[in-house]
Amino acid sequence: MQKPSNRRTFLATTAALAATIVVRPTMLHAQDDSLAALVRAYANGAPIREGRVKLDIAPLVDNGNSVPIEVVVQSPMTARDYVAGIVVFNEKNPQREVAEFVLTPMSGRARVAARIRLAMTQKIVAVARMSDGSCWTHTVEVLVTLAACIED
Amino acid sequence: MARTLITVPTAAGEGEIIEVRALIQHPMETGYRRSGDGDMLARDLIRRFSCRFVAAGKAGEGELVFAATLHAAIAANPSLLFHARATASGTFVFSWTGDNGFAQTERSALSVR
Amino acid sequence: MARHVNAFRIGLASVMLLGANLSIAQPNVLDVRRSGFDFMQPATQALQRDDTQNPAMLWVKEGEALWKKAEGAAGKSCASCHAEAKTSMKGVAARFPAFSAPLKQIVNLQGQINTCRTTRMQAPPLVPEHQTLLSLESFVAMQSRGLPIAPPSDEQMSAARTRGEALFNQRIGQIDLSCRDCHVSNAGRALAGNKIPEGHATGYPIYRLEWQNVGSLQRRLRNCMVGVRAEPYAFGSDELVALEAYLAQRAAGMRLESPGVRP
Repeated sequence: MQKPSNRRTFLATTAALAATIVVRPTMLHAQDDSLAALVRAYANGAPIREGRVKLDIAPLVDNGNSVPIEVVVQSPMTARDYVAGIVVFNEKNPQREVAEFVLTPMSGRARVAARIRLAMTQKIVAVARMSDGSCWTHTVEVLVTLAACIED
Repeated sequence: MARTLITVPTAAGEGEIIEVRALIQHPMETGYRRSGDGDMLARDLIRRFSCRFVAAGKAGEGELVFAATLHAAIAANPSLLFHARATASGTFVFSWTGDNGFAQTERSALSVR
Repeated sequence: MARHVNAFRIGLASVMLLGANLSIAQPNVLDVRRSGFDFMQPATQALQRDDTQNPAMLWVKEGEALWKKAEGAAGKSCASCHAEAKTSMKGVAARFPAFSAPLKQIVNLQGQINTCRTTRMQAPPLVPEHQTLLSLESFVAMQSRGLPIAPPSDEQMSAARTRGEALFNQRIGQIDLSCRDCHVSNAGRALAGNKIPEGHATGYPIYRLEWQNVGSLQRRLRNCMVGVRAEPYAFGSDELVALEAYLAQRAAGMRLESPGVRP
């Protein structure tokens, strides 16, 4: 039998770990009906474009009860040009909404972080609405596994 | 009164953008969990958080810096990180409201050079 | 597709390397034992490391307030006898569980707090895992953060430790596994979404993400027992006390991280 090479062992280990959690940027497809509808409602008629918003979720998560997320939007945050709001939706929790954030020029920087709950593998969407009404979005897929030793 | 842990500078330069973290002890019970006996655990969430800034010498509830509407998908003991532009000395007012009449306010003074 | 996967693997390798650099180093550089901290993802490690984010700090803050609060018929607070916890409690958590001469039995930190309540404060004892006990335990344990775990050398502890070691090695439950089977034979391997740690009690009381709450080592041991489909030993039972005593011995010299965060 062939002895496994070091590279193969390394890749096998990382692949096993990678199988646990993978974060893949994805497009919001037409079939995610309720999610797309909510995003459109938030956008209030404005076109929804990808970009300017970055939804950062830790690639490897220990527990779905506490998933750190960070949303950063490129914006000068002046009185004439600022991020007015950021909304975060999920795909498969009992409810779609995660949080709605309101920002003002007083915020200074469009960066928000929180810890959220994810019931299972699903997509998370962040939408940023600018002071001029334009909307920008970023969608990320997160794999979530259940804990091994639960209490009940 | 829930325990809170707010991390915010007490002094900053004018125009400086400071980082604020507000952590509060709260179960954020989703309303989807069952107890060991099989009973539904009633929903109990913090629904809203706001951070306003009252400039020194000014009356009123101040200017809104940041606000959040939270849902069951926010983890227990919610932690929020955001930013604020230091324009003048004054007081930050942090406010949480939620189910079962939950209401809590904390303050932190800021001195701007 | 291939380019994306390669970029991810590089990212993953960097994340692993970062985790390796930021592990909890043991006081003795030749010590190969690893804290549960080292088996967590970087995000969870960051949560423990940052006192402004660690949810357990809410309990520490509560404990700090309770320390000064008078309770019971004697009208005393912890501070009445122990003054400043920063001084009086330094090193205490690192020495527990310990043999209590007045009680003639081994007590853990929660047990000692209850003993102080009943004997000195004339206040009623609190049930295991009571929020007041957890808050005080978190506050007291934090005063030993960074210190090596230093189990006392009392002869009275040795019987419990021997029993604890036997329990550690004993297969239990419908799944028929012992602590050793997972935490020695399979430490570092994946179990569902997490890596199995070595089972050193270096961070208690912990904020466990699964509980969304702070809890003690006894609570965690009971979880493991439920995990292998065994009837868990009762809080305060001789078996759990023996296991605590053995685990403290097993982790002797490792740094205390309390209050820790664990998956």
